[in-house]
Amino acid sequence: MSARLLEVRDLRTHFFNRGTVAKAVDGVSFHVDAGEMLALVGESGCGKSVTAYSLLRLIADPPGKIVGGEILFEGHDLMKLSDDEMRRLRGDRIAMIFQDPMSSLNPVFTIGAQIAESVLVHRGGTKAAALSRAVELLDLVGIPDSRRRIDEYPHRLSGGMRQRAVIAMALACEPKLLIADEPTTALDVTIQAQVLALISELKQRLGMGVIMITHDLGVVAQHAQRVAVMYAGKIVEQAAVADLFSRPLHPYTKGLLASIPRQGASGGRLNEIPGMVPSLLAMPRGCSFAPRCPKAVDRCTHHVPSLADISPLHPVSCFVAQQEAKL
Amino acid sequence: MPPTLRFLLRRLGQAIPIILGIAIFNFFLLHMAPGDAVDVLAGEAGGATPEYVAQLKAKFGLDQPMHVQLGKFLWNVATLNLGFSFRHNMPVVDLILARLPATLLLMICAIVLAFSAGLVLGVTAARNLNKAPDRIISVMALLAYATPIFWIGLMLILLFSVKLGWLPSSGMETIGGDLSGAARIWDVARHLVLPAVTLALFFMALYTRLMRASMLEVYGLDYVTVARAKGVGERGIAYRHVLRNALLPMITMLGLQVGSLLGGSVLVETVFGWPGLGRLAFESVFQRDYNLLLGILLLSSALVVLVNLLIDLLYARLDPRIEVA
Repeated sequence: MSARLLEVRDLRTHFFNRGTVAKAVDGVSFHVDAGEMLALVGESGCGKSVTAYSLLRLIADPPGKIVGGEILFEGHDLMKLSDDEMRRLRGDRIAMIFQDPMSSLNPVFTIGAQIAESVLVHRGGTKAAALSRAVELLDLVGIPDSRRRIDEYPHRLSGGMRQRAVIAMALACEPKLLIADEPTTALDVTIQAQVLALISELKQRLGMGVIMITHDLGVVAQHAQRVAVMYAGKIVEQAAVADLFSRPLHPYTKGLLASIPRQGASGGRLNEIPGMVPSLLAMPRGCSFAPRCPKAVDRCTHHVPSLADISPLHPVSCFVAQQEAKL
Repeated sequence: MPPTLRFLLRRLGQAIPIILGIAIFNFFLLHMAPGDAVDVLAGEAGGATPEYVAQLKAKFGLDQPMHVQLGKFLWNVATLNLGFSFRHNMPVVDLILARLPATLLLMICAIVLAFSAGLVLGVTAARNLNKAPDRIISVMALLAYATPIFWIGLMLILLFSVKLGWLPSSGMETIGGDLSGAARIWDVARHLVLPAVTLALFFMALYTRLMRASMLEVYGLDYVTVARAKGVGERGIAYRHVLRNALLPMITMLGLQVGSLLGGSVLVETVFGWPGLGRLAFESVFQRDYNLLLGILLLSSALVVLVNLLIDLLYARLDPRIEVA
């Protein structure tokens, strides 16, 4: 079997501050294949973004540090690369799109110059050649009148156009893996759909693997092939999209799915998961979801469940779900 | 008309009432001080008869009511005639023009030195946050910031002129040197080093601290992380992405400080015997030479207004979000 595009094993990223340790990512494992979109879902603060930043080794140190795990990209462990080797990989083989297009672009450079910079850093060549590549990329992401737009400064573009420019920047060197960290949260609903469709289409056309970080399960259902649900720094359930939506196993996943407002179900309160995500500094001893879990049994508050396949390719870390599956 | 030209004309139009307002304010401020030029002259002469004093006052126009004096002064300002210094027995314009080059030379050298050194030190400190270079630079900046200018000047004279004998301690040229060409430039440059460094040190400290803080702030912004994710190296991040954005507060500060730089040059020119406007202003306060003092103050205010206009133009060039209109 050939090596996976990306395989993450037992990734642990902790933040150290005045003697306290926040285990933002605590033993996360997953993989992404070429041409596939993996959605990483979970509430704010569950470690989705820290996972993404860790993959590119962009965690500010101090206070953060990747304390363990392997990040195998095309079979090579990124943790073993030198800083300069890692830098050459960033934006070339692995690219990232960020949450807020309003702050992702440097205000003092034209978008053409910022896209061309990616090309120049990794491919070299003349500035003119890089700028004409920038025009191609703007065409690719559907910015009209690209030849004139490359001379625009970011503040003259709308949010949707800026995010397209950011995507163009990420695609400059045709990356194998694209990490999208909530790329649509800051955008209008209509623009959201366009940007997501664009990413899906480019994924198909360029055969990229995509990690889509989101808290929007609608996005997951429409665009992703597989889903990993994160809670408090751990992946609690992983499955193919259809499988997860039809047969969620972890009580947290069930809660998330139940809290999606449904059309036609008028009146009454929306479903919610009671309680709050525990602080990373005060994690419960057992399963981190146990205090909010409607099904928690005595064992859950004392032992940490591990991620185990219940059915093929559908691992869940929940004692109760694992028990029910055995019966 | 191009927008930049229209902007310039409008701002110059606005500058006139500002400068006039400052002139009127200065006029009243000086007349609130006790004594006038005649009192000082009489005092220095060791006494004078009341008739002589009255005669002098009439000659200088000091016997007239305040509003007449103000009217005359404003008329002079409007016609760019700065009046006559009875003390120096010369027109104020000639006096100022004779001293202006020395002060401009000192100020420009000091500001260029302070700005560029502050920039380099601030960037170095920010790039080595909490490491040895940052700590050394920060402590030095704090020291330079906290030490009085005149004391630094005296200590530098003590070290480089008295002890080491490397540099001249005062004046702008070797007296009776009668040099010309390159030899004269070299002579002036040697005289310039100590006063320029002294004047620059305080501002250098200020710019270093500002630049460091400004760089650190920009380092925390999203687009810097985006640039890192693009694979830009740390050098490119610092000098391309962060520096350009961090410069904006520095430029603002530069405009605000032209005024205090003039104030600082009074001290430095006095300590180093530099024949500039600052010392002339300082002396004219004690001699109650109001015509001269008002002339210098008028020129200073015009200079500050003009520099700030240039700063605004520069700002628009550095930050595309700002447009001159």
